Amino acid sequence: MPEYTLKLRRYSPETGAAAYWEEFTIDLDGKRSVLDGILQAKDRQDGSIGIRCSCRAAICGSCGVRINGKPALACHTHLDEAAATAAGAGWNPPDQGQQTAVITVEPMGNMPVIKDLIVDMDAVHWKKMQRVTPWLLPDGDPPEREYVVPMESMIDVTQTMACIQCGACVSDCLSMEVDPLFIGPAALAKAYRFVGDPRDGRHEERLKDLAEDPHGIYDCTHCFNCIEACPKGVAPMSQIMRLRRIAGSDHDIDDRNNGRRHEKAFVKNIERNGLLFEADLLPDSYGGKFHPRAVPELLSSLPAILKALQRGKVTPKKALIHEHKADKAVKRIFEQIHDKDERYELNLYVVGYEDDIVEEGQEA
Amino acid sequence: MKVAYWPGCVSRGFTPELHGSMAKVAPLLDIELVELDRACCSGAGVIAEHNQELADTLNARTFALAQQEIANGADLMMNICSTCQGAQSECQERLDANSEYRAHVNETLSAEGLTYEKGIANKHFLWLMVEEIGLDAIKAKVKRPLTDLRVGPFYGCYIVRPTDRLNIGEEHPRDRYLQMLIETLGGTVVDYAGAYKCCGFPIITMNKQNSLKQAGTHLGDAADADADCLVTPCPLCHLNLDLQQPLAEKVVGRPLNMPVLHLPQLVGLAFGLDPKELGFNKHVVKPTSVIDWSTSVVAGVGDGQGSGGW
Repeated sequence: MPEYTLKLRRYSPETGAAAYWEEFTIDLDGKRSVLDGILQAKDRQDGSIGIRCSCRAAICGSCGVRINGKPALACHTHLDEAAATAAGAGWNPPDQGQQTAVITVEPMGNMPVIKDLIVDMDAVHWKKMQRVTPWLLPDGDPPEREYVVPMESMIDVTQTMACIQCGACVSDCLSMEVDPLFIGPAALAKAYRFVGDPRDGRHEERLKDLAEDPHGIYDCTHCFNCIEACPKGVAPMSQIMRLRRIAGSDHDIDDRNNGRRHEKAFVKNIERNGLLFEADLLPDSYGGKFHPRAVPELLSSLPAILKALQRGKVTPKKALIHEHKADKAVKRIFEQIHDKDERYELNLYVVGYEDDIVEEGQEA
Repeated sequence: MKVAYWPGCVSRGFTPELHGSMAKVAPLLDIELVELDRACCSGAGVIAEHNQELADTLNARTFALAQQEIANGADLMMNICSTCQGAQSECQERLDANSEYRAHVNETLSAEGLTYEKGIANKHFLWLMVEEIGLDAIKAKVKRPLTDLRVGPFYGCYIVRPTDRLNIGEEHPRDRYLQMLIETLGGTVVDYAGAYKCCGFPIITMNKQNSLKQAGTHLGDAADADADCLVTPCPLCHLNLDLQQPLAEKVVGRPLNMPVLHLPQLVGLAFGLDPKELGFNKHVVKPTSVIDWSTSVVAGVGDGQGSGGW
């Protein structure tokens, strides 16, 4: 049986000692999971290792941890894969002089550690989940029998329903890292589950709430970490972008965070200029150069603007006049697509990749 | 090598030194740049957020224009902006995955006589250097090795995530290319917390405090790891890390003074080009430590060319 080295992050608050690393050697087949490895160490070497787990089949979402620095389900990661990553593939080069691959396992980020690999999901994840009112709020009396929902609508929200509440996306959210109040990827993906559900009667109210909150949908930096982290393909960031799209384009919610104004300003800017004209984008994102909102913002940006002028990064002429104008064909595309009654969105999670489908078909 | 060249917007706007330094470095690598001057902004994720079909159609148009150049002898399409790479790869993924959707988008493009054919090769300059030119060939061109220069890689988000869409894996360890390149150029890679994190730029108009806190934190982490400078393949990251650095300093409450170089600037420096020629004077945070380094090293090695300094 092959041997693997697991380097676990240990921490017991009651001892008063700081967190530390401890290595365990385990012997298991490479196709067994990292969770199996941790449980073997717990069983044979140290019964005090703290890990939360239940189903061991990637469905209960209990064993979210960071393996070699990246979020994963311990039960859904093979030991041989984890050892390969530890040995230098991807983002984790081996330490200099390190002889064998050491699989590091840490608790998830952005949440307080209770013990060893167990984090306090209640304090962060579940609180944020509550924040988005995660239940259906239908309008009017319920129908006599069941609600009838069109198939397309249910398929549309399937992606968010795949969430197993493991917290991997919360762990790696870069916005939450600097703003712990950010509602975050898991909860906002859950919000889309109801905004996309035709049975819910409070779409606009939900969207307004999430758009106006300074820690809501417009606090996401679009870093893709949650998409990368999710073991179930929920793509929380894509759901946040859909919430923004529906809030801005369908409900015209002019939020106090300038989210919609920024989007509108950006789109207009490209339609007009073809290439982005930064000097217009900044004031327009606040409602225009003379908008009461824009003035303090522009003043606060003045040191940066003056420095840019001083260094010749921007010339006064370039700051005032954009020489590039959009090609006629570009303007036509904007007009043609904006004139459509419905937006055409292709969700690859739902329709799949043609090549994959063909290959599967051939095999059959 | 001839490439259909997409410089993006910001490299011709608020970071003109990026476009300029690329133009200087390209001939040294025998790259002929055929600029796609009729193409428009990739949308930087914002147009896709507004309307997916619009972003896909605009980028399909850019790809179609590039494919015309490829038909005329260009090898592939090249960009110099991580955000363009990410935004365009996202659109390309949808366009390539579904022929019906592709036909629908091409229908809109047909008014201009353009068609996008599935499977364009669109590579960032970083990817092109490692995969098409090769690190050995690059090493052979180094005139002024970056000896003792401590460089922190700052990838930004769009060029490293999601890994499956960007084809990052064992065959193409694209998430290690900056480190590999810094070493090839003779520099020392600085390992610090921010290399793969977000600069915060996308929310600068929505939540300035959080945006600048991200930039300031990463710059501070690099300073704590004794980096002389950062290098980034993304001009939007450069805006938040360099242009906004004086404001980021206020948010994180510490002086940072961390120069941030564009990728072609770092390459040009090692190839012996003059810092001023590479637009170092256009940075908000003067890359003094890098310049001092370049003059002191040139005095000792190579033929002493390109040591003009300021």
